[in-house]
Amino acid sequence: MIQRTPFADTFTYVLMALGFVLLIGPFIVILAGASQTLQQVNSVPFRFVPQDHLLENAAAAWSRASLGTAMMNSLIMASLVTVGKVALSACTAFAIVFFRTPLKHFFFWMVFITLMLPLEVRVVPTYAVAADLFQPFRLLIAALTGIEVSVEWNLLNSYAGLTLPLIATATGTFLYRQFFMTLPDELAEAARMDGSGPARFFFDMLLPLSRTNMLALTTIMFVYGWNQYLWPLLMITDPAYKTTMMSLVALLPSENGTPDWNVTLAGSLIIMAPPLIVVAVLQRWFIRGLVATEK
Amino acid sequence: MADIDIRAVHKSYGKTKTLHGVDLSFASGEFVVILGPSGCGKSTLLRMIAGLEEITAGEIAINGRIVNTLEPRERGCAMVFQNYALYPHMTVAGNIGYALKVAGVPKAERDRRIEETAKIVGLSDYLTRRPAALSGGQRQRVAMARAIIREPKVFLFDEPLSNLDAKLRVTMRAEIRKLHQRLSATSVFVTHDQVEAMTLADKLVVMNKGHVEQVGQPLDIYHRPASVFVASFIGSPAMNLFETRVETGAATVRFGGAQVPIDGALAAQLRGKDIIVGIRPEQCVVVQPGNGVSAKVDFVEELGSGRVVHAEIDGQPFAAVIGEEMRVRPGDRISLELPPSQLHVFDRDSGRRIEFEAVPRAPQNAAEAPVLAIVE
Amino acid sequence: MDKRAVFKSWWLPILFALPQIALILLFFYWPAVAVMRWAFTLEPPFGGAAEFVGWANFQDVFADPFYWNSVGVSLIFAFCGTASTIVVGLVLALAVDRQLPGSGLFRFLYILPYAIAGPAAGMAFRFILSPERGLMASVNAVFPDFWNPAKYGSHALVLVIVIFAWKWAGYTFIFLLAGLQSVPRALTEAAAMDGAGPIRRAVDIQIPMLAPTLFFLLVIMMTEGFVGADTFGIVHHTTGGGPNHGTEVMVFRIVDEAFKGLNYSGASAQSIVLIGLIMVFTFIQFRFIEKRVHYK
Repeated sequence: MIQRTPFADTFTYVLMALGFVLLIGPFIVILAGASQTLQQVNSVPFRFVPQDHLLENAAAAWSRASLGTAMMNSLIMASLVTVGKVALSACTAFAIVFFRTPLKHFFFWMVFITLMLPLEVRVVPTYAVAADLFQPFRLLIAALTGIEVSVEWNLLNSYAGLTLPLIATATGTFLYRQFFMTLPDELAEAARMDGSGPARFFFDMLLPLSRTNMLALTTIMFVYGWNQYLWPLLMITDPAYKTTMMSLVALLPSENGTPDWNVTLAGSLIIMAPPLIVVAVLQRWFIRGLVATEK
Repeated sequence: MADIDIRAVHKSYGKTKTLHGVDLSFASGEFVVILGPSGCGKSTLLRMIAGLEEITAGEIAINGRIVNTLEPRERGCAMVFQNYALYPHMTVAGNIGYALKVAGVPKAERDRRIEETAKIVGLSDYLTRRPAALSGGQRQRVAMARAIIREPKVFLFDEPLSNLDAKLRVTMRAEIRKLHQRLSATSVFVTHDQVEAMTLADKLVVMNKGHVEQVGQPLDIYHRPASVFVASFIGSPAMNLFETRVETGAATVRFGGAQVPIDGALAAQLRGKDIIVGIRPEQCVVVQPGNGVSAKVDFVEELGSGRVVHAEIDGQPFAAVIGEEMRVRPGDRISLELPPSQLHVFDRDSGRRIEFEAVPRAPQNAAEAPVLAIVE
Repeated sequence: MDKRAVFKSWWLPILFALPQIALILLFFYWPAVAVMRWAFTLEPPFGGAAEFVGWANFQDVFADPFYWNSVGVSLIFAFCGTASTIVVGLVLALAVDRQLPGSGLFRFLYILPYAIAGPAAGMAFRFILSPERGLMASVNAVFPDFWNPAKYGSHALVLVIVIFAWKWAGYTFIFLLAGLQSVPRALTEAAAMDGAGPIRRAVDIQIPMLAPTLFFLLVIMMTEGFVGADTFGIVHHTTGGGPNHGTEVMVFRIVDEAFKGLNYSGASAQSIVLIGLIMVFTFIQFRFIEKRVHYK
């Protein structure tokens, strides 16, 4: 290590402490506010010291916004989205990397171009497809054969609707692709010599070898799934399917009612907890996933 | 046990041709080494036998059965890869037994055979380890065990020793040879290392630029290289080669300001012709100054058992092996005699060897009127 | 795609790729085609088939001052958001990279905000930076109306930028720290031997070596600022685009116009413009990644 000067070291600590105040300060305010009484949370100046009302505020938030249902729904949605992304992107990357087929380029560019089509810019027609899943097929069949088919499948207010449109992932596919490319060619050849076919190679070799990649991808995709906002807002009108992001509104103090921000903050703390725990506990994997997917 | 026939095999990737018509045939149980510089097509040929590369034209038959369209697993070959290609997430036992697992061999029988095979290669104590916890030599053994357990008709080795250090390489070489004697399956071993090739091969195939240059027993190839390429590629230090022309009046060629005598009968046939003459450094003889060819010493390499003198003749590098009792220093001049019987003569245009079929390397006997032939 | 592809089957790759490709066709390409169609057609108000109108929808959009307002807001949002995340991330990365005792803990903590969803963060910040309570109330007590995002559009814009920066600073921090750690130690040590102090070393050696990472983050964060899912979430939940269109970023306006205004054609025309913008960013990013390969 290079020589240390007391001045530079002190300055470094000052900067890191400032960073702490900026980035972790808000968490402290949330925690403090969430554990205070109505009077305390509204007092000026604000006191940063947590009090002991956290549990009762949390309980109030829990019932006010039916967080039980919402947490369960978010958990189901995030898990399904994660599993779907981790599984399907592995399959696609396998098809792109390990086969001698002209289609691989087609698949690659199909997936790549989705990067340029974020949900916000295609939200209405995507909603239309989800509301009537077979509409494209009906139109195609009608255009090709002239036959009117009347099959409908409405994804609104269902877990399928919450998750299916979010499962396609370019980042995940490219993460696997990149990892597969680093494997020596001889590995697949050795498996071939040992008599293994492509599918067997995928399950016996690629999947076990991808474990670290999968874990990294799982962490970032879980956080992604949990934090989905716009799509559930559109898909779900039935309270039984509401996710946590949708219950944020119910947590806000009403315009002219009691400003019980302590309850609101306690509620937001509950909603923030699962992704926060994932990132804190699995930080190594999370960072690995982030850095790897952006290459 | 199987014989292998390779007939007029070509390989091209798009427009680049890597193999231009290879014809070879290996007898059952033979240990064949394919030797050549990198990019000569030797690995491609091996991978075509294995079924990992498609055959562009021609055919390969194993035991009389044409295998062009067969999957690797249907060909009865096992392969040891240069980087071993061990399955990193499986234990040694898992690696060795994977082929049997794929083939659906019951677990009990599989375990028995894994243990047997591990014993052969001396890995019995390592069966539960992962490849990452093994040394280079042990990994090499796992790769071999993985091939052995399948009891293949044909063993294929793709430069399997090139990732080992020099000492281990010698040990593994011996082990591979012993293993071959024990299993006596047909083995095809690809390498760019001539020492490996000379020590291992029953039959040596020398390749260059997608062509087979020469096929034969190692010693034959050493003593009678069929082309300039083989001559320069085999032997260390490499054979000295110089371009010259056969004198019209005498049985000599000009080299380094001296007349170097050559085989009289040969000279009779080649009078006035451009040729390339080669001599191995260990065949040069140091003589009294004034005789032979004069050379200026550049530097001397100590081998322990002797020395290699790197000298210059006519501005051209020239190496000679001398005994350890001789003392020479850079800048010294020495005189070298090039015995006519040790000279190799090549056609300058085609690079092929020129010699008399009737009496190769025999003392010259003008009465015998031998036939001039270009060895193909 | 230089890998020696080993398997030959023609139907297996299709089988393996099919699930995701089907989802992509259904939920990306089909809607994208619909967006294209709507952008150039107009549905008559009293029903009937959509009518091809050429560039008319675009002309309407470009003639709308609120559209240009949203472009301006998006520009400010993306530029300021990007600049602050990168500056904060860079300073913290330089500090943590000195590897003083305890810096590991700071590194662990700085990443946490990135786990929080934009709207959830937005809700918390509505309290934290509320004019009546929380932190800013004390300031407002001394300077009345110094800070009121509910009243002033510009204050609201600052608020959403702060939320964006808070969430994404940890992200840039990760990349910049990784970048710094890949700068060879020998280089900073050589500079130290030449007599450069820590700040000089940062300015003369480390930051120039970070140029590729910085440029990469610039593009990524600009894209995120313009079209990121969080951008919509933060604005929608924190300010709802207001007050007085002061925080109406482009994505917000598109969604708002489609679902509240039911103006599909106008929204689609705006979407096309935005897609064009993303394509430019993606192009720059990939050109740059090609270059980054050459750095090594």
